[in-house]
Amino acid sequence: MAGQMKLFYGALAAIAVVGAGLIFLARARGAERAAPQAVTAAAEAAFEGHVMGSDSAPVTVVEYADFECPACAQFAVLTAPDIKQRLIATGQVRWVFRDFPLEGHQNSLPAHHAGQCAGEQGRFFEMHDQLYFNHGRWVLERRPERRFRDFAAAIGLDLRRYDDCMSSGRYLPRLERAKQDAAAAGIGSTPTFDIGNQRVTGALLYDDFKRYVDRAAAGAAAQ
Amino acid sequence: MAAAILGLVGLLVSLYLWLWKVGALGALACGDGGCETVQLSPYAYVWGIPVALLGIVGYLAILVVALAGLQPRFAAARWPTDLLLVLAAGGVAFSAWLTYLEAAVIHAWCRWCIGSAGIIVAIFGAVLAGRLRWPAVSR
Repeated sequence: MAGQMKLFYGALAAIAVVGAGLIFLARARGAERAAPQAVTAAAEAAFEGHVMGSDSAPVTVVEYADFECPACAQFAVLTAPDIKQRLIATGQVRWVFRDFPLEGHQNSLPAHHAGQCAGEQGRFFEMHDQLYFNHGRWVLERRPERRFRDFAAAIGLDLRRYDDCMSSGRYLPRLERAKQDAAAAGIGSTPTFDIGNQRVTGALLYDDFKRYVDRAAAGAAAQ
Repeated sequence: MAAAILGLVGLLVSLYLWLWKVGALGALACGDGGCETVQLSPYAYVWGIPVALLGIVGYLAILVVALAGLQPRFAAARWPTDLLLVLAAGGVAFSAWLTYLEAAVIHAWCRWCIGSAGIIVAIFGAVLAGRLRWPAVSR
């Protein structure tokens, strides 16, 4: 019996060592492959969202949005192009997009992860537009990753790096933290915008949005 | 013994999936991308807790109870086997629900999850077989 137990504990130890070794190898291989795009802790801590526009713009707008949310898509398609052209490109607004993948949205998390992987190659907002302008093509898809890969190809991403990023899941912790931060900031629905110190929700039309920006700019100028 | 060995294997599988989930691993060795689809779906969490983490806790509990049951002082005790049976039955039910979600809701298969479901079924079978060998005397 004692000999049998020795054999058993030996087998158990061998399985533990082999299993831990395989996991360690997988980790080392992943780190090696991801090295050029490694997400460092310092970069993560400093990450405030995806930014568009001049740092010296008088008004900063922070958008909290979910890629699967229909109102966010409506805003992205109907209002955002005007904002980009008339407010961001002219240096009046600095735009910060913060991911807020909502619970219960089946394809939201992979869509946001695809956005991060595009951002890794400097094309977050191109992927953002693909996701929103082609909303109906992936929201109800059973395997949306294939569609996201088509979008990645359409915006000219290096697909090998994109595939590696998607399969590594390396931005899941960032997205998890973004969800927690948005919840802690009191965000209850999407899209929500912090325009200067005003918080507004919903798919605003351009003229309404501009009024909030003007008010924020006037407030900033008065200070 | 079989429950302990299988519990350890299940623990390693869950640990692997959880490390991927927290971004500590590179790509999942999965093949067709089904693992990522399942792991990125909302069903990869239960009450906000990653399913892989629940797997770690469950398999660790099975391993600890199985090892305890092998100690000479518990050689005649029935509680380790009964407790293992309850843990494994819970694990089988949970795995059955997750497998149903993969088949009917997510429409993607995660090979590691299927492997884990096989492991928990094997643990349940082994423990049940051991339990049935007990003589029908109350202690």
